[in-house]
Amino acid sequence: MSTDTATAVAPKKESLFSKKNRKLLTDPLDDSNPITVQVLGICSALAITVQVQQAVIMSLAVLFVMIGGNVIVSLMRNIIPDRIRIIVQLVVIASLVIIVDEVLKAYSPDISEKLSVFVGLIITNCIIMGRLEAFALGNKPGPAMLDAVGNAMGYAWILLAVALVREVFGSGAISFPGVGQVKFLPESWFMANGGFYENNNLMILPPMALITVGIIIWIQRSRNRSLIEEN
Amino acid sequence: MAFNKNSNGYTFLFAILMVVLVGAILAYTSLSLKPMQKANAAEKKMMNILGAIGIPSERGAVKPVFAEFVTERVSIDSEGREVSSMTGEVNSSDAEDPFNIDVQKDYRSKAPASELAFPLFKCNKEGESLYVVPVVGKGLWGPIWGYVALESDMETIYGAVFDHKTETPGLGAEIKEGFFQAPFKGKKINQVAPHFTVVKGGAPTNEYSVDGITGGTITSKGVGEMVDRTMGIYLKYFQSAPKAQK
Repeated sequence: MSTDTATAVAPKKESLFSKKNRKLLTDPLDDSNPITVQVLGICSALAITVQVQQAVIMSLAVLFVMIGGNVIVSLMRNIIPDRIRIIVQLVVIASLVIIVDEVLKAYSPDISEKLSVFVGLIITNCIIMGRLEAFALGNKPGPAMLDAVGNAMGYAWILLAVALVREVFGSGAISFPGVGQVKFLPESWFMANGGFYENNNLMILPPMALITVGIIIWIQRSRNRSLIEEN
Repeated sequence: MAFNKNSNGYTFLFAILMVVLVGAILAYTSLSLKPMQKANAAEKKMMNILGAIGIPSERGAVKPVFAEFVTERVSIDSEGREVSSMTGEVNSSDAEDPFNIDVQKDYRSKAPASELAFPLFKCNKEGESLYVVPVVGKGLWGPIWGYVALESDMETIYGAVFDHKTETPGLGAEIKEGFFQAPFKGKKINQVAPHFTVVKGGAPTNEYSVDGITGGTITSKGVGEMVDRTMGIYLKYFQSAPKAQK
């Protein structure tokens, strides 16, 4: 699990958007980013960053499940037995995902078709489990919700950044739903048409996602030296 | 707190209550939504069949379109003999209707082909007879399926649609995209095995094969395998059936 960076012990009465609580929202975007700093959710960052479109869907789904999971577990935090808490968290997440999937299948089958690929990935996404374990179990529902939103956003922007790099260099275009592929480069630039440019197929394969994430971590740490561990 | 939340008794009680409660919620959700999900699945199937013969259709308005173009629903046995035939409206509760044959379930059951029935949809588009064959197989992670439409010579592919459950987005999942499906049009089913192949992405193709997806080799091969295997069975029917008048 993660090293917990945001342990807010809430004093008596505190407004939901106090300075400390606002930090819950902003910290995960940079200083305690789930992917680049906590190293959670790497697996899905590798798997579904081939296209921007997929990354957006996954980010929204994770946002939704994170909020639901964090709030529910936070509400139950005083009655969950310590020894089976991981199982309880897993049950909460899995049930949420399955219920959402079933409802979508009945009422909005087209969205469900797009999402069904991600259902398994959401359940096993370690960010969700990590935040439940590290934050929701010890905090009130309000802050837990903010923590969920913050972390989901931190996850989302990394996912989008990686997907953007991979799709642009790997496919030479970005595909939008309903519009199809939008190409940036003139066709005559490509080698197939006698030009000099070729899409980098390596970008489509998972290793390049890891390297892209690595480059983001590098940039982040060179800007924010407090993140560098001391030996 | 009045109780000790870490005692064995409480832990057991909590676990049991949780399982019963969650089980009940999930079972209720699933049961109450089942009829709608089934109706959606049937509509999707009609849309796919119509898609294979190049008729666009929309959810909610697909039934009359289906009735207009799909003139006859036939089921055949593994030797290519016609077993039953139906016309008119699709009745989704009638087990005899070839439309309701669950080819995916049959494929999973591993029952010998001689015990199974294979559905075939005869369509009429602008006076031309088309034959839509459902295909099922496996991709890299889970089931893949599709519908292949043949022209009235029962040999040339008129169109094909494919779909999947859990293939990798951006790689194997691309089999549902137009750029993969379009090259099927105009290709032929070989009368001798292998009836059809999907070659590795970028490799040269011939009359009986199409190009696969780079990075989605296993899914692409799965598509080739299911078309090849299924056509092997339907060819017996096509070879014995009287050629429809052009």
